[in-house]
Amino acid sequence: MTAQTDPTGKKLGMWLFLYTEIVLFGGLFVLYAVYFAGYTEDFIAGAKELDLFFGVVNTIILLISSFCVAAGVTAVQKAHNRIALAGLWGALACGAIFLVNKYIEWGHKFAYGIYPGSDRLVDGPAGQNLFFGLYFVVTGLHGLHIIIGMTLLAVSLVLVTRQKITAQSNAMLENSGLYWHLVDLIWIFIFPLFYLVV
Amino acid sequence: MASESHIIEYKTLGLTLAALLVLTGVTVGAASIDLGRVNVWIALMIASVKAGFVLLVFMHMRWEGRTLQWSFLATVLFLAVMIGFIFWDVAFR
Repeated sequence: MTAQTDPTGKKLGMWLFLYTEIVLFGGLFVLYAVYFAGYTEDFIAGAKELDLFFGVVNTIILLISSFCVAAGVTAVQKAHNRIALAGLWGALACGAIFLVNKYIEWGHKFAYGIYPGSDRLVDGPAGQNLFFGLYFVVTGLHGLHIIIGMTLLAVSLVLVTRQKITAQSNAMLENSGLYWHLVDLIWIFIFPLFYLVV
Repeated sequence: MASESHIIEYKTLGLTLAALLVLTGVTVGAASIDLGRVNVWIALMIASVKAGFVLLVFMHMRWEGRTLQWSFLATVLFLAVMIGFIFWDVAFR
């Protein structure tokens, strides 16, 4: 008996899931847009409190990680296993650095009394409370996606090592890659909306 | 299906990364010039171009069949309708 595989179906299934993710974050961006229109000055003041340095570094890190994953997919298709493993390790390292940066960044905010429900936000201007509320929800949800994406990439890495993901059968790696790129894609919009509206 | 076997060369991926990094520099530079509300639109336009690169090259969309390409456009259209209707609602409240 031969096992039936359907790579096209697997990819379509992944994309259908990604569409729901796009709408999920899209909904949060709509919320941002509506409040930005109502509290423009407060949003600009809030964005000024964020550290542009961390925003830029994390953007660069995620772009490099996406390249690593895409190169990993190409490498598996070409049966260049060592390059594939290097790409996946590189992407995992980038994801870890991203999370460390996020930890430092959030830690600074907490130290300044900026966290959901903090006295400073609750008693301060309503627009800034909304801005930071959205900031923590959106970057928190995005960070959760980074962790899920890293888990998927780690599983793919193990499967590549064990020769379960090969040039002939690599739907798992391709779909993990698609998920990772989507996380990058969402960050590409988070970055200007939260760090650049100054 | 052709899309299954398409392999993107390392060079193409590298050039895409270079373009994305340059655009990141451009968007940071553009944000430092104060143009009022236009800044937000410029930032979103550059972000959309970057998203296009990731989608078309890294996510292989350029080489996919019609099912994926059209279903993606349908998702974006749905999002646009959702955003449009919400702003319509908010504007006339």
